[in-house]
Amino acid sequence: MSRPDGLEVALHHRLGDFTIDIAFRTGGGATALFGPSGSGKTTVLHAIAGLLRPERGRIVFDGRVMLDTAEGIFVPAYRRDVGYVFQDGRLFPHLTVRQNLLFGRYFARRRPRRHDGMTLDNVVGLLGIEHILSRRPANLSGGERQRVAIGRALLAEPCMLLMDEPLAALDVARKAEILPVLERLRDVSRVPILYVSHDVAEVTRIANTVIVMENGREGERWQS
Amino acid sequence: MPSDWLSSEEWTAVRLSLLVASTAVVASLPFGMLLAYLLARGRFYGKTLLDTVVHLPLIMPPVVTGYLLLVSFGRKAPIGAFLDKYFGIVFSFRWTGAALACAVMGFPFMVRAIRLSIEAVDRKLEAAALTLGASPPFVFIAVTLPLILPGIIAGMILAFAKSMGEFGATITFVSNIPGETQTLPSAIYTFTQVPGGDAGAMRLTLISIAISMAALIGSEMLARFVGRRVSS
Repeated sequence: MSRPDGLEVALHHRLGDFTIDIAFRTGGGATALFGPSGSGKTTVLHAIAGLLRPERGRIVFDGRVMLDTAEGIFVPAYRRDVGYVFQDGRLFPHLTVRQNLLFGRYFARRRPRRHDGMTLDNVVGLLGIEHILSRRPANLSGGERQRVAIGRALLAEPCMLLMDEPLAALDVARKAEILPVLERLRDVSRVPILYVSHDVAEVTRIANTVIVMENGREGERWQS
Repeated sequence: MPSDWLSSEEWTAVRLSLLVASTAVVASLPFGMLLAYLLARGRFYGKTLLDTVVHLPLIMPPVVTGYLLLVSFGRKAPIGAFLDKYFGIVFSFRWTGAALACAVMGFPFMVRAIRLSIEAVDRKLEAAALTLGASPPFVFIAVTLPLILPGIIAGMILAFAKSMGEFGATITFVSNIPGETQTLPSAIYTFTQVPGGDAGAMRLTLISIAISMAALIGSEMLARFVGRRVSS
């Protein structure tokens, strides 16, 4: 029996007078959800991560049903093995950078390993954060914080990485510093990435497939 | 440890006060945390009523609280008789009763401090922990608890300070028995009621001031230490 690879999403959710109604499929590599602010991109990511329970929908990843409202299936966020890089980093302020990085590792230990090579040393080297491991998040720059957030999500050994405008809070220089890291990450790790952004330059540089979202619906799709 | 300076009765009052206050704080902490959590995060019918009941000892005259304890936890009273019969726990005219009175009087302070710290926790951090594979109990232990620790410490110190000074509810509920329920304030009160008791009252007053200051300074240092660790 062949299992369908990739992510399959169908969602219907109302937020006030705004309705999200979208269905798409992605393969491996990096896929971008692109659209203006308020087009519902973050809501889609929240639904995939299990942080939001949509009114109707079905989310399947590599044959694993994460959500199926018709069948009454809702896998809670902590059992979805989905990594999430938030726009605002959300590092734990009471832990050092090293402890932040290893937070998900502790919980990932109980599962069979999926992706090899994502050890602390590899991730730290990939992101260039060797020198800040013993610091606390309060003493980090915005760019450093975001790199630690990416590393923390990676080290939990996710089967998919969701990135919600990870560069939006950074200035031009910091963006230029992290974009190559994201490209390397896409090429080195075999984790599929779903990347949300409203920045064309960013999206075209990182993603092989771009899904355009507008007013809660899918617009066109670009393939590179 | 009787000395030249304090009589053994006075030492007993000091030791008893510390025992009663510590017991009151430690025993009420689990309930305080549960209620603080419910009031900060819960959405249920009657939340305002619960909030009011928790704060009641703060507003009512302590004598009223003590009397209510007497008519519900006394040996012949409904709850008191039940606890005595099935668990062998007796409150009336025992030091445990003094601890109960202090716990009730300190409860609003404890719940308030912990509740405020829970409300201040950024829930987005808890969502982040969930996506990293931590189940809700682990999220609480690894993220929420460390972040609210300063509030818990502040609540415990406030409740301890309140317990050390509690007089009205304690004396109404469990009377003023030397060696059993005579805490520092009751001992001072007793000294002021007998001729020539001024010196004793003054000695205990000084001790009371010293304990209060030590508790405040200790909590300040602890809060600063923990606060430095969790501030973002």
